[in-house]
Amino acid sequence: MGIANLAEKIDAKRLESSDDLVQLRREIQMRQDPNQVQIVVCHGTGCLVSGSPAVTRAFKKVLGETDIEAKVMPGVKTTGCQGFCSRGPLVTIMPQGIFYERVSPKDVEDIVEQTVKNGKPVERLLYKDVNTGEPLQTMDEIPFYNLQTRNVLKNIGTIDPTDIYDYIAVGGYQALAKALTTMTPEQVLEEVEKSGIRGRGGAGFPAGRKWRGAVQAKERKNQPLYVVVNGDEGDPGAFMDGSVMEGDPHAVLEGLILGAYAMGSEKGYMYVRAEYPLAIQHLEMAMAAARELGLLGDNILNTGFCFDAQINRGAGAFVCGESTALFTSIEGKAGEPRPKYVRSVEEGLWGCPTVLNNVETWANIPKIIDKGAEWYASIGSPNNTGTKVFSLVGKVNNVGLVEVPLGTSLSTIIEDIGGGIPGGGEFKAVQTGGPSGGCIPYKHKDAPVDYDSLTKLGSMMGSGGMIVMDKRDCVVDVARYFLKFLEEESCGKCNPCRLGLTRMREILDDFSKGCGSEQDIEDLMSLATSIQDGALCALGTSAPNPVLTTLHFFKDEYLAHIKDQKCPAGVCKDLITYSIDPDACTGCGACAKQCPNNAITGEKKEPHTIDTDACIRCGICEETCKFNAVLVS
Amino acid sequence: MQQTVDIESIIDHYPGVQESMVFILQDIQEAFGYISLENMQAACDHVGVPLTHAYSMATFYKSFRLEPVGEHEIHVCLGTACHLKGGPRIVDELERRLNVHAGATTEDMRYTLETVNCLGACALAPVVVVDKEYVPKVTAKKIQKTLKTITDNE
Amino acid sequence: MLKFRINDIDVEAEPGWTVLETAREYGIEIPTLCFHEAVQASGACRLCMVELREGDWTKLVASCVYPAKDGLNVYTESERITNVRRWIFEMLLSECPASQEIRDMAAKYGVTSTRFAIKDPEQDCIMCGLCTRVCAEVVGVHAIATQSRGVYKRIGSPFMKPNEACVACGSCVSVCPTGAMARRIDLVRGKMEENQTNAA
Repeated sequence: MGIANLAEKIDAKRLESSDDLVQLRREIQMRQDPNQVQIVVCHGTGCLVSGSPAVTRAFKKVLGETDIEAKVMPGVKTTGCQGFCSRGPLVTIMPQGIFYERVSPKDVEDIVEQTVKNGKPVERLLYKDVNTGEPLQTMDEIPFYNLQTRNVLKNIGTIDPTDIYDYIAVGGYQALAKALTTMTPEQVLEEVEKSGIRGRGGAGFPAGRKWRGAVQAKERKNQPLYVVVNGDEGDPGAFMDGSVMEGDPHAVLEGLILGAYAMGSEKGYMYVRAEYPLAIQHLEMAMAAARELGLLGDNILNTGFCFDAQINRGAGAFVCGESTALFTSIEGKAGEPRPKYVRSVEEGLWGCPTVLNNVETWANIPKIIDKGAEWYASIGSPNNTGTKVFSLVGKVNNVGLVEVPLGTSLSTIIEDIGGGIPGGGEFKAVQTGGPSGGCIPYKHKDAPVDYDSLTKLGSMMGSGGMIVMDKRDCVVDVARYFLKFLEEESCGKCNPCRLGLTRMREILDDFSKGCGSEQDIEDLMSLATSIQDGALCALGTSAPNPVLTTLHFFKDEYLAHIKDQKCPAGVCKDLITYSIDPDACTGCGACAKQCPNNAITGEKKEPHTIDTDACIRCGICEETCKFNAVLVS
Repeated sequence: MQQTVDIESIIDHYPGVQESMVFILQDIQEAFGYISLENMQAACDHVGVPLTHAYSMATFYKSFRLEPVGEHEIHVCLGTACHLKGGPRIVDELERRLNVHAGATTEDMRYTLETVNCLGACALAPVVVVDKEYVPKVTAKKIQKTLKTITDNE
Repeated sequence: MLKFRINDIDVEAEPGWTVLETAREYGIEIPTLCFHEAVQASGACRLCMVELREGDWTKLVASCVYPAKDGLNVYTESERITNVRRWIFEMLLSECPASQEIRDMAAKYGVTSTRFAIKDPEQDCIMCGLCTRVCAEVVGVHAIATQSRGVYKRIGSPFMKPNEACVACGSCVSVCPTGAMARRIDLVRGKMEENQTNAA
């Protein structure tokens, strides 16, 4: 670790003033040689899974054995998610910024020989432009990166998230020092109001207005006020918040401390999903380091301001992302939502005024205070200011984390940054807002992605999941998937959600088997509306959205299932048959070997056949065949 | 599962207030692999709540178990990206191979098969986690190999 | 006093009252299943939904937990309310077919059949949770509670074993709107005969 070593050299003493912080930053920066060779390996979840730890180990081993005539011994630095997850493991060589994709341990020697020692790129590991095939050397040249506006993600992928010095070197805690020494709490609050930032977690309620309401409640009720980070990112297919907590934990913490200062809070909570162990670990390290430097705890920067925070690990309940359920969970109970006719800014944790914001919202606050509300409001579109991070997944070439100004069109995100769908052509639909959101079809590809436009299309922003579907994805199946998900996650307190989601899913089960009538579609819509109107919390009231939007935009596909007993996408098991194209089949026998029910027979090197009666439609043959000889109809 | 931790040290680590309950149950789960009636009662006594309270919680949150798990834990991710890219097929395949339903443990206590909602590794869908090791871009073939590795290592 | 309107009638409420309490004070009928004066309202059954209107804006809220406020404009019958009730009754008819009380109540609101398949013909518990709230809030012994979540939710004692905390007071049985608890009490307090043998 490049800078981690500095921790020993720099005396880690308590910072007593904002000057101390400036001094410390200078000291760190002076020790960082801009010409120093540094190997930056992405250790985000995606890259970890594709094997980046082995790459890091290989670098350390090879470098340890190599005598390099560089000015300084190169360091190996591991960072949070750099975003281009489908290309991992990612490695960047500084100072040139040469960007390598899909690096394996056996590439390491070449990188050290050619790039580290001689400054020359290893061409085979460079990203190749999709259209021209030309190799591109740096991140800035790659469309996936240069079409983004990386604000929240700026540090992620450049700093070592486990090293507070690395954060301070890039201006970390500058905003906190500025606020504590030159601004009143009221001024901080006004700045957040002026920025126009809306909550990044779902409905998009203006953060400043929420803060203001809580401060007023606190004064009126004369109670303590709590600030809470919602890191219970549960939307399946979304990993923005996890990556922010993993990759830039200090930004979240600094935002929380700033909020506490603005609102006069002494205690904060970070509620983090248990499925994100790395995020929890990095946040814990961040808090410990900040405490040691006097940036968290009693008498922060010797200004008399006291604030501390703790981490609460989720225990596996999607509904705890809902504010009242999250509070009951922190209080030590089963996370059932409470009726919310009194807002949580008035009655939240233990009945006290509470401000709950999402991870990304908090991570934006230091930037707003540092650069000013006007700067922030100049990004995006009126009433939808700033940038938003999306996790772009599903049938899209460049799977990863994407940050763009609000108001950017769907097609810019999916086609330009995301590189379109595998195999080319039009995407079929994109699901935004997770299980509470909706499916938006290709014809709305030019729609601007902001809170209000997505709601108008029957979907929602949600926390920023964006799941791209192509023609092999069935909307009935996707709607069923989300219902099944919510059925498992419903707390079961209110009747519409506990009983209704199952009943809706059962109707869709019938559709996927080719059973059902137009009356059933009518009933489904009527039942869906009753759940929207009747359910107790947002999980229930938004649960019908995937069904209603797919019914709205893809009714023909529903009708194909129930009238023609066909699944046009070839997904619904009961409506499809597998066969083998005799012209494409080479008779390799790979599919027959894998078939769990021995339904495939044939002579070696002769076209094989599938016994439809024995076939259980598991799809393993299609997955196995290298010659695209397995057909679905 | 290391059984060496004693329940007292887990419980005494936290103040005897209701807020501590999730933390204590999480630590019991981590240390013993499941939450027994005795340990649950001990937690309740420490925190000062009735047994119904802890039982409601332990059955509400998905990460708690009331019965011991198998030697090997297999988690199949069924996040949206994994669903679209064939996660359900992997669940079917594992159910067939291990002769166990998702959410249950094999009779010989060797394998526990679970599905999880999203592990945030969507770029590598479908993902399976075997004994905390991630297996990216899983296919039926790959999962057989993984199972074989488990058996070979024993 | 708070002043507002229910079904275009001027009403007055004490501060702290809910819309449901106010309506009942004026003899305006709103159906409920999970509500009982003896315990805290939980807003779970959703039969007491009423519609708030302000110009073009309308919203459905649970009247048992919605606080009375000056200037509210509340309606207890509307197309949206009817739709919510209709589906809840249809689902309860298939979910708890053994309950005569549910059949009667549904019929009163015009729901006499259900499009859904019956799962368990013996079932009569509607999972309103009144029994658990009485046990905890009134009796104070916490012998029973809701367990698991969502579709798997059920009511009983921990590990489904008789609970020593139960004082066999029978409050849960008397508060149960469908009589379901009467058939389950032995699972909580243990069989009476066995208790007597043990005592002897």
